[in-house]
Amino acid sequence: MRRIVAILLLIIVAVGISLSLAKIPFGSPETKAGRYYIDEGIKETGATNIVTSVVVNYRAFDTLGEVTVLFIAAIGLGAVLTASVGEETRKTEPASLVLYTGCRLLFPLILIFGTYIFIHGHLSPGGGFQGGAIIASGFLLIYLGCRERRISQKASKLAESLGGLVFVIIGLLGLVFGGYFLLNFLPKGTANALFSAGIIPIIYIAIGFKVGSELASIIDNLIEES
Amino acid sequence: MSFLNNYIYYTGAFGLILVGLYIILVKHNLIKVIIGLGILDTGVNLFLISVGYITKGTAPIFSRPGIDSEHMVDPVPQALVLTAIVIGIAVLALALSLAIRLYQHYGTLNLRKIREQRW
Amino acid sequence: MIFVVSFLVFLMLVGAVAASIFRDLISTVIAAALVSLIAAILFYLLQAPDVAMAEAAIGAALTAAIFIIAIRRTKRYEE
Repeated sequence: MRRIVAILLLIIVAVGISLSLAKIPFGSPETKAGRYYIDEGIKETGATNIVTSVVVNYRAFDTLGEVTVLFIAAIGLGAVLTASVGEETRKTEPASLVLYTGCRLLFPLILIFGTYIFIHGHLSPGGGFQGGAIIASGFLLIYLGCRERRISQKASKLAESLGGLVFVIIGLLGLVFGGYFLLNFLPKGTANALFSAGIIPIIYIAIGFKVGSELASIIDNLIEES
Repeated sequence: MSFLNNYIYYTGAFGLILVGLYIILVKHNLIKVIIGLGILDTGVNLFLISVGYITKGTAPIFSRPGIDSEHMVDPVPQALVLTAIVIGIAVLALALSLAIRLYQHYGTLNLRKIREQRW
Repeated sequence: MIFVVSFLVFLMLVGAVAASIFRDLISTVIAAALVSLIAAILFYLLQAPDVAMAEAAIGAALTAAIFIIAIRRTKRYEE
């Protein structure tokens, strides 16, 4: 009964979506906002990656909202799972010597790769969110391969809070120096250099630290039993 | 063939949205419903990026000094989808923590049995 | 070129349908990770390298990892 109602509902949704999808042409609509960002992007911000300049400079307030949503989700997960009843832990074998040595060898390389990606966010494809996810994958490798090591809770909470604080403080400094919140007040520099594009690399470094330590603490809260 | 040329990406995104909706409506294991939510999320992101594509365009990055900037794809949907992917994983993590607490309280993850136990 | 894209989209839809049919929850998670991986390849073919990197790191790796950790704390088979 439920299956028949669900399939009828899906047929209605499918007909509605396909009738409206036939009106959207593929490969030719060009919006004026996108055209403006591509033409004036380098002059106004100094970053050569246009997607980065849209995320951090033109629409920086949306990025602040998204960082807040991630923060609330991590806090909610920690609060729900702290009050959980400890269940009986299953017997697990410790990792073999080859796996243990390999994980210890790979971990600093993954950290350096993630740091490289979020430092060069304004020059090549990359940025804070991608670099933070790669750093969290490195910490996941520690949990899977090394025998019973944990990352310290104090260090990850400190990194997470400092990242968010730096973002908001730079926004308020923009309010002090110029006219509005999150104004780009540092000098733009020459294009394609590492120290260019004003406040964009500083904000991306703060976001990289914050997202990396937040995803690692989510995994730590889920694994820990009792 | 012209249908395939024009609308192949829309068909893929649209199929993912339908499969995700079917899993959420019909299945009665809670973790499978959460997996369906994740598939629905991926389908919507694919649709948003494929709307901003321009035929024979390149990525919006000025890597060389003399690059042609007339045929670049739209950068605004890419910025939106970057935010949406991270919010997707945050929602999935919170939903999984609630599922773990439900299992510890009721002893089962079958939605029909939980509904019977409550009344 | 168009045949490569059609084959990838067909494989993605097969993976999504398989995710709704399996009874072992670990196999369902692996099918969902396959859908995320092919979506990352399609993002690259649509000239969006930032989004492809984010989807591959977050959708394919971290989502599968937190699902498997949550399944380990509850039941493995759908009943």
